[in-house]
Amino acid sequence: MSRIFVHGIGAVSPAGWGVPALSEALKNGEPLPVQNLPRPGWEKPLCIRAVPVPSARPAFLAHPRLRRAGAMAQHTVAAVLEALGDDVVRVRSGELRLGVIVCTMVGGMTYTRRFYEEVLREPATASPLIFPETVFNAAASHVSAFLGAKEINYTLVGDDGTFLQGLALAAAWLANDRADGCVIVGAEEVDWIVADAVRLFQPRAVYSGGAGALYLKMDADSEVELAAITDSFIFTKEQTRAKAAARMKSQLPAGSTNELLCDGGADSMIWSNWPGRRLTPKTILGEAFVATAAWQCVSACQAISQNESPAANVSVVGANQQAIGARFVANNL
Amino acid sequence: MLFPPSNQFDFANRVVVTGAGIITALGAGWDINAAGFRAGKSAFRPVTLFDVSRQRTKIAAEIDLPENLPPTLLSEKHQRRLDRSARMLLFAAREAWTQSGWQPEENLPVVLGTTSGEMSLGQDYLRQAIGAPGSFKGQPTRIAYYQVQRQALDVCEAFGFQGPILIIANACASGSNAIGHAWELLRTGRAEKVLTGGYDALCHLTFAGFDSLQALAPTPCRPFDAERNGLTLGEGAAVLTLETLASAQQRGAEIVGEILGYGASTDVHHLTQPHPEGDAALAAMNAACTVAGVTPEQVDYINAHGTATPQNDATEAVAINRWAGEHARKLPVSSIKASIGHLLGAAGAVEAVTCLMALRGQWLPPEIALGKVDPACRFPVVREPMDKKIDVALSNSFGFGGANATLIFRRWA
Repeated sequence: MSRIFVHGIGAVSPAGWGVPALSEALKNGEPLPVQNLPRPGWEKPLCIRAVPVPSARPAFLAHPRLRRAGAMAQHTVAAVLEALGDDVVRVRSGELRLGVIVCTMVGGMTYTRRFYEEVLREPATASPLIFPETVFNAAASHVSAFLGAKEINYTLVGDDGTFLQGLALAAAWLANDRADGCVIVGAEEVDWIVADAVRLFQPRAVYSGGAGALYLKMDADSEVELAAITDSFIFTKEQTRAKAAARMKSQLPAGSTNELLCDGGADSMIWSNWPGRRLTPKTILGEAFVATAAWQCVSACQAISQNESPAANVSVVGANQQAIGARFVANNL
Repeated sequence: MLFPPSNQFDFANRVVVTGAGIITALGAGWDINAAGFRAGKSAFRPVTLFDVSRQRTKIAAEIDLPENLPPTLLSEKHQRRLDRSARMLLFAAREAWTQSGWQPEENLPVVLGTTSGEMSLGQDYLRQAIGAPGSFKGQPTRIAYYQVQRQALDVCEAFGFQGPILIIANACASGSNAIGHAWELLRTGRAEKVLTGGYDALCHLTFAGFDSLQALAPTPCRPFDAERNGLTLGEGAAVLTLETLASAQQRGAEIVGEILGYGASTDVHHLTQPHPEGDAALAAMNAACTVAGVTPEQVDYINAHGTATPQNDATEAVAINRWAGEHARKLPVSSIKASIGHLLGAAGAVEAVTCLMALRGQWLPPEIALGKVDPACRFPVVREPMDKKIDVALSNSFGFGGANATLIFRRWA
């Protein structure tokens, strides 16, 4: 069996830019403050948690590809750079073949909305600069362009659990020798049109955005190992959310008192007998679909690398597609 | 478990196609499309689905969708909620499913490619949210049925099986990437059967987007023509049932063709323009050939990406010339976009089915409207209906963002 290890993590979230900000917010355990976002034509604003403006403009935004990139692409690149760390140089030099997988449910909706508003106003003058940024794989393309990574690059679209499917795909690419390393990102961005849509389905949810990234390699020189990803159990008439979630849970270890569970909030009930510590990033950071699942995985890996837990389960019961779980363990070499 | 896999990768499995479904502006089903492609029929006409009076271009290859969906397990209420993309996908899936003789099973992976799912519903949502912000009537349904995972779930429910579902949105290479990924699952022993394909419907947002880039031709597109003036959009879906050769033979299934290889690469040159030397296209073709164990001399036909934009076709011509070397001079190439336009996320899947048709029927799809061939093409561009013995066909797909994919097919004899 090919063993797969986590060689880096990255995060951009309403808590700030970087994994330390995410970890601190989760340790504090208090939901982050909510901001108001105006909804055009509507007196009452929407409630969101936005990624804060960075204290200094990230240098990578000077890259020609990123000057007009949307928030999702910016957050994606930031999370990737943090996860890759020193290996950025090896990717740029061509020494390391990097596979890129970006996962999202909503995609770059701000530019999509803006472009369609232009089309509705006057289609003949809609901006040719905006349209390419509306395409689902724009963020993934920017990552590869920024790094000069010419290997395989996928954008996966689906609900929250898609990030974990991305991890499994990356593991397969590594085992198949399609790449020497793979970075997997889950990303969403805040826009009023999405926050409004979320409100229709989850009236009490606070929509948020950002990105989370894991960097995987087969090299065992790492503190965290990807131990398992369950099957993806889809929601159908025959297989309800509850049934799918239960089947996902049955494929993960029941845990012990020193282990961590990173859940998604909606699945708390199925883990009511979890004996160890729990983290629910969604309750602190907000609803960000695939990015939330990525933050769950980032938090699990961070806890293991900080020796807070020897192992962690990640449980994702997605918005409307699947239940899927993962397990990370300390690498005892 | 998705990881670790239950078995070691063995790379030994041969992968065959046991069902293929297709719907394009030429019609619904294998036979009508095969006849249309073989004759080089053109399916372009004035756009009727949305208002193009203020666009530079006013034509596309629209599908006349049959009023009734084919029989599936979906309820009538469910069917009424389906819009254009989902309906096209169901037509193609039903044809492939029936041909394959598959039965519902617990763990049958679905891998689909699309650029925008059911964007027509997304547009409706946006239009109402922007134009009538106080009205929420129908909005939840639009959101639910707009999302790409919904169309894949519909396929699962229609035929009574349960995923997993993976959706690849690699722009215009999505369909080929989806088939390639499905092929890889089978080749490495991670699945015995996979339902795969691509789909995309015409919508105003996408149409206006390509028009804003001045990428659309005002007249039907002419791939590889020296005076080509842009692409023409189309819509459609194609679905393949793929399985390992062992599985197909054990079932006694009729085999439509074999997939030999898949290559993918990323062009980092520009978000919407390929590198002029075609480096990434070349890399994808080389990668597919390497894994297929095929040399350029063994390839009998190339189904080009051939969008008819000045840049794509020039780059693809350079890449094919570089890849094939001297063999290029006797290697027939054509693009079926001359008949049905650019199907975006469906393109790679529809073109895969066309390659299978050509391999089965021993003919080449021509570009009837082709004028003077771009001198950059060292290869013959097929311009008249032609019967030809072909055993191996290669299909290219290149997308926005530099997503490049190549598939290689072999005739099943």
